[in-house]
Amino acid sequence: MAQSIFTWLDERLGLTEIYNTVLDRKVPKVNWWFTLGSASLFLGLLQGITGMLLSVYYVPTPDHAYDSITFIMTGVQFGWLIRGVHHWGASLLILSAFIHMLRVFFYGAYKYPREFTWITGVVLLIGALGMGFTGYLLPWNQRSYWATTVGTEIAGTVPVVGDFLLRVLRGGTDLSAVTLSRFFSLHIWIIPALIIATVSTHLYLVIRLGISHIPEKDS
Amino acid sequence: MSSKYRSPNLDRRSFVKIMTSVLGSVMAAIVGLPMIQYFISPALNISVGDDWVSLGPLENYPLDIPTQFAFTLSRINGWEKSSQSYGAFVLRKTDKDVLVFSDVCTHLSCRVSWDNETEKYFCPCHAAFFDKNGEVISGPPPRPLDQYEIKLEEGQLFIHLQEG
Repeated sequence: MAQSIFTWLDERLGLTEIYNTVLDRKVPKVNWWFTLGSASLFLGLLQGITGMLLSVYYVPTPDHAYDSITFIMTGVQFGWLIRGVHHWGASLLILSAFIHMLRVFFYGAYKYPREFTWITGVVLLIGALGMGFTGYLLPWNQRSYWATTVGTEIAGTVPVVGDFLLRVLRGGTDLSAVTLSRFFSLHIWIIPALIIATVSTHLYLVIRLGISHIPEKDS
Repeated sequence: MSSKYRSPNLDRRSFVKIMTSVLGSVMAAIVGLPMIQYFISPALNISVGDDWVSLGPLENYPLDIPTQFAFTLSRINGWEKSSQSYGAFVLRKTDKDVLVFSDVCTHLSCRVSWDNETEKYFCPCHAAFFDKNGEVISGPPPRPLDQYEIKLEEGQLFIHLQEG
């Protein structure tokens, strides 16, 4: 029965073909350093899932942000776990993505024809850092407030357009309720949309071009 | 189509291509520009503050010791009215000679505090030190502490708070 349902679906959706292309593709003999891309992807998905769960209780306003997080930590069962995974997962994701980039760099895997894969990877690193920067404000505690003050001031040091950039980031001259809500919007909609599009391109290229082998020693 | 209706420079296919891209760009701009404007518009409303704030009688401030005066002013950002806290350090050098420093670090806007023992202003964010006259001793700040314009009226000290 299950077999016939699968055959019916497979004939129409091409499931076996997708499986063969995506997961059963040929790879050279590689080592554990090659697992970091998948690890980053997994951590990214975990951030998505825990983030969605946090948004069930989190409220992005100065009146309620801090209290809603206190509620997640103390009033919701396993709230500490969900937030803890989101908190530590964020740092781990940056770490694994960065080591992933180091591996690609030192193995020369960014070279032809994979330059564009590298470029999308750089965009993803910037996106992940953007997620870190915007997410850091959301608890609306002293550390978030001053970190964002400093971070937006750094944008303010850009020549000519710095002051404008600072005000666009803050949504005005001061760091305020407007800043919190736009950082929230960037954190859960705008940057994730960008990241999903870029991850898709990145993975398409990995599947299309295959992965490079470990460079041989000079003879 | 008879050849006498044909333009020698532009065939129908090229014409349609050009019109599609022109109209497409116009439509994208009509949809896209308001979106950009929507996102950046709070940045274009520059709220201008221009107040003289009273810091109380000058004689309240000890001679030659930077003394903090903290106050709040209500500000409106977007839909939210909130109180913004300010800190000023009053250095009364002589009876008439007064300097008032902003506590906003000139590096990246953290708040400095005065330490009486070491006689220095300290910013905790990136370990910056300023001396009693606001000059940078060490750390990353690009310029001395900012000073407020002051005036004295009947023994009362006022500072000129300008923003925007």
